[in-house]
Amino acid sequence: MDFISILSIFVLACFVGYYVVWSVTPALHTPLMSVTNAISSVIVVGALIAAASSGSVQSKWLGLIGVALASVNIFGGFAVTYRMLAMYKKKER
Amino acid sequence: MSAPEVHTDVIHVIPSWVLIAYLISGVCFILALRGLSSPDSSRRGNIIGMIGMTIAVVTTLATHEIATLWEIAAAILIGGGIGLVTARRIQMTAMPQLVAAFHSLVGMAAVLVGAAAFLNPSAFGIVDGSGAILGVSRIEMGLGVAIGAITFSGSVIAFLKLNGNMSGKPILLPARHWINLAVGLAIFFFIYGFWHSQSPIDFWTLTALAFVIGFLLIIPIGGADMPVVISMLNSYSGWAAAAMGFTLHNTAMIITGALVGSSGAILSYIMCKAMNRSFISVIAGGFGAVEAAGSAAAIDRPYKRGSAEDAAFLMKQSDKVIVVPGYGMAVAQAQHVLREMGDLLKKEGVEVKYAIHPVAGRMPGHMNVLLAEANVPYDEVFELEDINSEFAQADVAFVIGANDVTNPAAKTDKSSPIYGMPVLDVEKARTVLFVKRSMGGVGYAGVDNELFYRDNTMMLLADAKKMVEEIVKALG
Repeated sequence: MDFISILSIFVLACFVGYYVVWSVTPALHTPLMSVTNAISSVIVVGALIAAASSGSVQSKWLGLIGVALASVNIFGGFAVTYRMLAMYKKKER
Repeated sequence: MSAPEVHTDVIHVIPSWVLIAYLISGVCFILALRGLSSPDSSRRGNIIGMIGMTIAVVTTLATHEIATLWEIAAAILIGGGIGLVTARRIQMTAMPQLVAAFHSLVGMAAVLVGAAAFLNPSAFGIVDGSGAILGVSRIEMGLGVAIGAITFSGSVIAFLKLNGNMSGKPILLPARHWINLAVGLAIFFFIYGFWHSQSPIDFWTLTALAFVIGFLLIIPIGGADMPVVISMLNSYSGWAAAAMGFTLHNTAMIITGALVGSSGAILSYIMCKAMNRSFISVIAGGFGAVEAAGSAAAIDRPYKRGSAEDAAFLMKQSDKVIVVPGYGMAVAQAQHVLREMGDLLKKEGVEVKYAIHPVAGRMPGHMNVLLAEANVPYDEVFELEDINSEFAQADVAFVIGANDVTNPAAKTDKSSPIYGMPVLDVEKARTVLFVKRSMGGVGYAGVDNELFYRDNTMMLLADAKKMVEEIVKALG
């Protein structure tokens, strides 16, 4: 992919983000933060590439540490969001 | 940069199914956020987010030859285990600290990925024919590592402040704006140098400087501004992921980075507006340090003090009670007994509602989570603009652990540091019951609250949890 296509995706995604986030109800702003935390750990993709390749030992170890850190976030972020969302209940009528 | 244009034989051709898989993963993340528009759809959204993450990870593993599968599995198990245990054990009151800690991990991961890409660029497919890193990738890497490092050290400071390991008071270095400016410019200078020569010294120096500026940016910001800081760092962690996505040409990372970046930016904006502060003045820091001096004089004014029995009697006779919780409720862990009080009142035929100010608590939406944890139905909980007109019809406004967000001075006193901040109109209720530990303390803004001395205010001076427990006893 060339730089311009990547930039296009980025700019459009910013707009999508803008509209999607404004539609989030304020009551769920804390779960919003924890779930954005979890998904921004998609950076694990980069860490996996580094950890998987055999070219450089330092790079491999940096990648492995990166995988571990991002995993804390992925599992922790989704789990804590799940736990919070399960608490929101409607009035029993 | 003089190498001939031989890109075709080094940039490996990525099969289209891989590109589509990353795109699907990005769309899943959009849907995960979209789900949060209502509590009903949010749980499904969260599951879709997990699916998106799984797609991204599996796609990556499937398309790279894995020299170290066991090591990777071990890293995921260790990290995932720590994450799951923390997520299960963490108290809801400690959510701001946890989120700050998570932000720091995203930042650090971005730095590590950037450093790994620098040390082994061919694994990431970002080298040209001569083995040098592509020019545009150098800039993207430099920016990504810098933002990641700022996110890391900034979040560590935010964590220490929120967790109480470090005082919430702003730490003001002399000439701090000039220091920050100098360090900021230096970072850009070294990114330029790195782009120019791909020198390791430039790369590591810019990384180190970014760690330093992240630290410098957050230490002058006081406890009251933490909701803004934590949202801002949320935004940074997104931009760091996006910058790395540019480096790796990865759609999932770019979409996610843009989403998270916008999300944090919007939350910062909402928080700033709720405090009537400009983003710049929050970043510049120092709030709550200077103003605190002016408030000592007002302490000796007469006020009415009531007992738990008085409060119980008043509320029992009411038609409508609006509860206004604040961070003090969270500190006292009073949310469960508060809900018990609400249940008893409802049994007596009283209408009970909860009013939440956007900056009540230490992060956006914090109070809503605490009330949800205590089983308060979310359709009894209202935001400022939805409930403010109802105070005039309420018999009792029950303020517990909130202070500045109820201060009428924000509407009338131009000299007040919180003037112009949107506040809850609690004084319009027939009676205001104000739970507070003692008359001495002031809110985070360091200003006295006019409300304490009004005729229709009754102060309930005690620990929030104890007071509500006694009210529950008196009601039962």
